[in-house]
Amino acid sequence: MLACKQATQLASAALDRKLSVAEQIQLRLHLAMCSGCRNFSRQINLLRQISQRRAEHNDDA
Amino acid sequence: MTLDHAALAQHRPYLLRYALQQLRDEGQAEDVVQETLLAALQGNFSGQSSLRTWLTSILKHKIIDLIRRQSREAPLPGATDSDDDTLDDFDALFDRRGHWTSEDTPQAWQQPNAALESKQFWKVYEACAQLMPQRLALVFSMREVMDMDIDEICKSLSISATNCSVILYRARMSLRLCLDKNWFGNPEKVG
Ligand SMILES: [Zn+2]
Repeated sequence: MLACKQATQLASAALDRKLSVAEQIQLRLHLAMCSGCRNFSRQINLLRQISQRRAEHNDDA
Repeated sequence: MTLDHAALAQHRPYLLRYALQQLRDEGQAEDVVQETLLAALQGNFSGQSSLRTWLTSILKHKIIDLIRRQSREAPLPGATDSDDDTLDDFDALFDRRGHWTSEDTPQAWQQPNAALESKQFWKVYEACAQLMPQRLALVFSMREVMDMDIDEICKSLSISATNCSVILYRARMSLRLCLDKNWFGNPEKVG
């Protein structure tokens, strides 16, 4: 089983490239068992939305 | 569709803020916006998207061109390649076996949508984004805001794909941690 440190690296990589099948399975297994990394993964996905919104709706800033 | 100066000038402040967020240099931001408006006057606005969307897409290209030119002339400020290879900055979050320490285990963020409507949240975000070293912030912007793929980013900045991934990882770790500490994990600010 992956350690959280590696799982966070894979979760980040998944936003930038297509993971290999082995990587996908490892990550999915880890996320199924680890709420910390699930939260982490959700949050870095949210960072993408937040950063786009900041750039595009910068009127209110 | 012909465009007049007045219609374009309306969007200037918006474009300038956009450019400044990506470049962090007022002179350069002014320059790319100027180039964008000139290109817009000579270009062909089809009217299929909004004028702002169209201008923003021209601006993105101008920003990317500028970054390319700069990285050819001088390497990015900040870290050298070897510094980017280390992931040690965030080691403290994990125990010896690589699992989250109990106090650093990410907790669910409450009401993220409400945060996006809060002026105070954007101030915190701005401060967190400024906290990132420029090199990290730039690669993060290229990937997340300008939606470039990793290969394009590597080529533009002459860095390896591995390095690019490490930089993005560090940028996300840093931004996530900062927002967590200063907003989402801070019960006084949420709600
Ligand atoms: Zn984990």
